[in-house]
Amino acid sequence: VKEIRVTVAVIAAVLAIVVLSSSLYTVAETEQVIVTQFGKPVGKPITTPGLKVKMPFTQVVHAFEKRFMEWDGDPNQIPTKDKRFIWVDSYARWRITDPLLFFQRLRDERGAQSRLDDILDGETRNTIAKNELIDLVRSTNRPFVVADDVAELSQPEAAERVEHGREKLTKEVLENARRRTGDLGIEILDFRIKQINYVEAVRQEVYARMISERKRIAERYRSEGAGEAARIAGEKDRQLRVVESEAYRQAQEIRGKADAQAADIYAAAYNRDAEFYRFLKSMGTLRESIDPETTLILSTDSELLRYLSSAK
Amino acid sequence: MEIQLPNGLSFKTPTFPGRVVARAVLVIAALVVVFSSWFTIEPEEAGLVMRFGRYVRTVPPGLHLKLPRPIEAVVKVPVERQLKEEFGFRTESSAGSRTTYSQEDLSAESLMLTGDLNVAVVEWTAQYRVRDPYKYLFKVRSVQKTFRDMNETVMREVVGDRSVNEVLTVGRQEIAAEVEQRLQALCDQYENGIKVEQIVLQDVNPPDAVKPSFNEVNQAQQEREKLINQARADYNQIIPRAKGQAQQTIEQAEGFATDRVNRARGDAELFVKVHAAYQRAPEVTRRRMYLETMGEIYPKVKKKVVLDEKLKGILPLLPVAGAAEVKP
Repeated sequence: VKEIRVTVAVIAAVLAIVVLSSSLYTVAETEQVIVTQFGKPVGKPITTPGLKVKMPFTQVVHAFEKRFMEWDGDPNQIPTKDKRFIWVDSYARWRITDPLLFFQRLRDERGAQSRLDDILDGETRNTIAKNELIDLVRSTNRPFVVADDVAELSQPEAAERVEHGREKLTKEVLENARRRTGDLGIEILDFRIKQINYVEAVRQEVYARMISERKRIAERYRSEGAGEAARIAGEKDRQLRVVESEAYRQAQEIRGKADAQAADIYAAAYNRDAEFYRFLKSMGTLRESIDPETTLILSTDSELLRYLSSAK
Repeated sequence: MEIQLPNGLSFKTPTFPGRVVARAVLVIAALVVVFSSWFTIEPEEAGLVMRFGRYVRTVPPGLHLKLPRPIEAVVKVPVERQLKEEFGFRTESSAGSRTTYSQEDLSAESLMLTGDLNVAVVEWTAQYRVRDPYKYLFKVRSVQKTFRDMNETVMREVVGDRSVNEVLTVGRQEIAAEVEQRLQALCDQYENGIKVEQIVLQDVNPPDAVKPSFNEVNQAQQEREKLINQARADYNQIIPRAKGQAQQTIEQAEGFATDRVNRARGDAELFVKVHAAYQRAPEVTRRRMYLETMGEIYPKVKKKVVLDEKLKGILPLLPVAGAAEVKP
């Protein structure tokens, strides 16, 4: 009798555990769940985490991600409106807003990803094909900062105006895609272009253009250097002449002034007695001009020899 | 209990009294409870405790207690650690003093279009921290991959609005700052709990194929500087000297002028003095001066001819010492 009692107790305990474990379940912080009974949804989706209760055995729990999820598109080769072939790699953020609808329409994440592929790739293609490349690359018409005097000649395409800009175009893709996902129980929160790259052939062309552009800049630097050097050399020559002639002019002026002053001084003095000056100057000149080679012919009439002939 | 094996052998399992079994089970259960009831959080971490999957509290570093499994569970997030993502390159190891980089081709990450539709290669590092571990864990799935995608997007947006010249030269600082700010805004929008600490631009280069021509520009720039510097040197060699020489010319003229005027003054003074004396006795002074002059001149001259006015028609020769030879 005692053994039977023990056996019954054990069986009851096991049963209790089984029932309990089938009727209790946890919802993680990152999950949201729907409960179905024989395939039919029961009650509202459960979005709050914690320990929950359901009918044992007959009800099944389907858990879905509650967090934002990633969608990473495959790089696509797409021509822009201006017929440039580019690789476009984009990503999007999305989440399940209505788990029940999501479960009904898409079943699981794989289904969702492939629907997103269709929708987003298509919308990306549409938008890109309608726009020029510059609109995809730039966001604004922000003027380029000119680092040096060369930038202004280096960019022929900088003049192209951006009509919409990258931000607006990705928003456009997002809006259009959103319209098509409304009835799928999901919401796309953001769509962005991760990478835009030229296809190989175009890239080579762009490189060739960049190279020729650089060469042009290099040539300009060289010619600027030569030009500037010539200018400085010219400046040097001019400066040299200015300095020299200015000095000459000043020197002559100074000399002239001094000569004039000297002449005035002489005149003022000698005018007292011009005749006496002539006499004095003649004496001086005689003294200086006569040397041993000179032959002196004197008349006895002269002042000096007057007394040579007679003493009177 | 006795167990019969098919080959005829048999053995007995040891039998335990029910009470012993129950005790053993209880002890093991107790051990499990005790060991899953405490946990430590390292200094750089924060611990998030979940009860039946629901977040209940965050605990700081140290030793903590919780309800045993499966009631409560802990997730640790390194909130204080600075995390890093590299773009366009990968550090393989930085053990010791030498850092090695992966040789893998990561140009897809770093190649980007600039606003003038040229191509630049930009490599950068994003340093970040988990600011809000709750958001970090529960708001976004694959946070790291998302963060990488965000980085690539924002960097290309910012670079896409600049010319290649700007990206390669003056724009670096500005680009890093703008990416940092925009990336933070995007993190806030996505609620991933990340705080962007710093964006560091590493190498920013033109693509390999174009590099030589960029170097050529640098070279040409150097050449330009060189030519200009040479011309300036030439200028500096000539002009200051010329200025000095000009000054010299002027100084000399000044000297001449002073000399000239002083001499004039001296001469004038002399004349005035002599004239004053002369006026006191004009006849005598005049004669005296004449005779003195003649007296000075006369001995110097070797050949002297004296003519007597009265001897007409005769040309008398008076040979004087040393004048024997007659010059034609």
